[in-house]
Amino acid sequence: MKRELTCIACPLGCSLTVTLEGKNILSVVGNTCPRGKEYAINECTAPKRMVTTTIRCENGELVSVKTSQPIPKEKVFEAMEIINSTIAKLPLTIGDVIIPDLFGSSVVATQCKE
Amino acid sequence: MTELVIIGGGPAGMSSAISAYENGIRDILILERDDKLGGILRQCIHNGFGLHKFKEELTGPEYAYRYEKKVKELGISVKLNTMVLEITKNKKIIASNSEDGIFEIEAKAIILAMGCRERAKGALNIAGTRPAGIYSAGTAQKLVNMKGYMPGKEVVILGSGDIGLIMARRMTLEGANVKAVCELMPYSSGLARNIEQCLNDFNIPLKLSHTVVALHGKERLTGVTIAKVDENRKPIKESYELISCDTLLLSCGLIPENELTKRIGVEISPVTNGSVVDQNRETVIEGVFSCGNVLHVHDLVDYVSEEAEIAGKGASDYIKGVNNKTVNIPISTDGKIRYTVPQIITEKKDTALYFRTSNPYRNVNINVYANDKLALSRKKQRIAPSEMEILKIDSKILEGVSKIRLELEEL
Repeated sequence: MKRELTCIACPLGCSLTVTLEGKNILSVVGNTCPRGKEYAINECTAPKRMVTTTIRCENGELVSVKTSQPIPKEKVFEAMEIINSTIAKLPLTIGDVIIPDLFGSSVVATQCKE
Repeated sequence: MTELVIIGGGPAGMSSAISAYENGIRDILILERDDKLGGILRQCIHNGFGLHKFKEELTGPEYAYRYEKKVKELGISVKLNTMVLEITKNKKIIASNSEDGIFEIEAKAIILAMGCRERAKGALNIAGTRPAGIYSAGTAQKLVNMKGYMPGKEVVILGSGDIGLIMARRMTLEGANVKAVCELMPYSSGLARNIEQCLNDFNIPLKLSHTVVALHGKERLTGVTIAKVDENRKPIKESYELISCDTLLLSCGLIPENELTKRIGVEISPVTNGSVVDQNRETVIEGVFSCGNVLHVHDLVDYVSEEAEIAGKGASDYIKGVNNKTVNIPISTDGKIRYTVPQIITEKKDTALYFRTSNPYRNVNINVYANDKLALSRKKQRIAPSEMEILKIDSKILEGVSKIRLELEEL
């Protein structure tokens, strides 16, 4: 079986063709870099996505955050619920961990907030 | 007298300031109308920035912070909450803020880095009522990401620019139902990766060759009528379809903010809506430079930073009295290639030409003609209007040349 994908690893957006036999990946073509191959393999076995969103801080303002690693795609909405019910303590510097474990990743601040 | 005044503290302004500092200029002032440096990156909380520049994937605020930190470390002066009202031909800047009132600064050189703004509803001519619930995608982005307000629950998006696509995902993640993205053209103006991860991931339909023909609702938007368009982009009556929604987001292109520029008589290109510049990003007025989205709309901030470095270096040379201008070579294009930046070459040095095409193409040659003779040909498998291309030309090509022409050859 062949699967056509658009790589999301970078703005190039390469068109990838993955040849599969059941769950086994036989080949990936169309990628310009190793990240493309990795994306194609993940996408056909266990798709993952980065989540970027905001968290409410204790002073009522928002701080922008991201998952430090991509998380399983099917957990994205569940992750949003957990993130949206969290209140972040201040002050925050870029990279500070706000949620230590979320589906194998952590949630970190992407902005400084006093 | 200030040696270098930079108007705008977004990615272009900050990067040009750092570049000028690194090229020996110390007397630099950045004027920024917002209350923080960073420009539009502050509300672009998604990732995908910095892959070229830093070889890692950053979010907008993270990318901006790297430059903001550097600006602070170098001790470059910044005036926040400051609006520039006017620039004169002899490089006097009139600005105002609540601390200094209205004030004047004389500058030896100016870098214009004001960025761009979104094309608004008024410019789009949609029939129907004018209810609440219609936002530009960028306004919605600011409301959701910086203020924490959701603009609506049932959303239609007109235009498939990247901000529109990013907002389709963002609103979906925050619980909205994004019903459709309509794109007038038969292709999207957004990046392929954004169609994949912002629309396909959430089964949001992308309706190509579709537009919104009417708005409904009295106080709040209750729905929009969409229609398929023919090859002349005229709506087809039989295809009218009502979609109920409380929110319409417009992502219909960006316009460089050149009001200040126009008033000092800088030549504006009707294609880019930005200044006409040479390889140093100097405009037709000596000592006035332009870079970033005010010069031409970029798809990647990495290229904005890169271009601003060129302008910063150019302004530094101008301030130091370095002048290597020996030629005046205009660069023309064939229409399939919509434009190039720079549009003029005035120095014989290796130069990178940034360009965009007017349509998507597959398997083409980009040909550079110097005095009508083919000087360089570059093969491209895939080329799209949404993605800026770069072509480096060697200084040797410029030897004894009076004009350069870029053509796209379909193979």
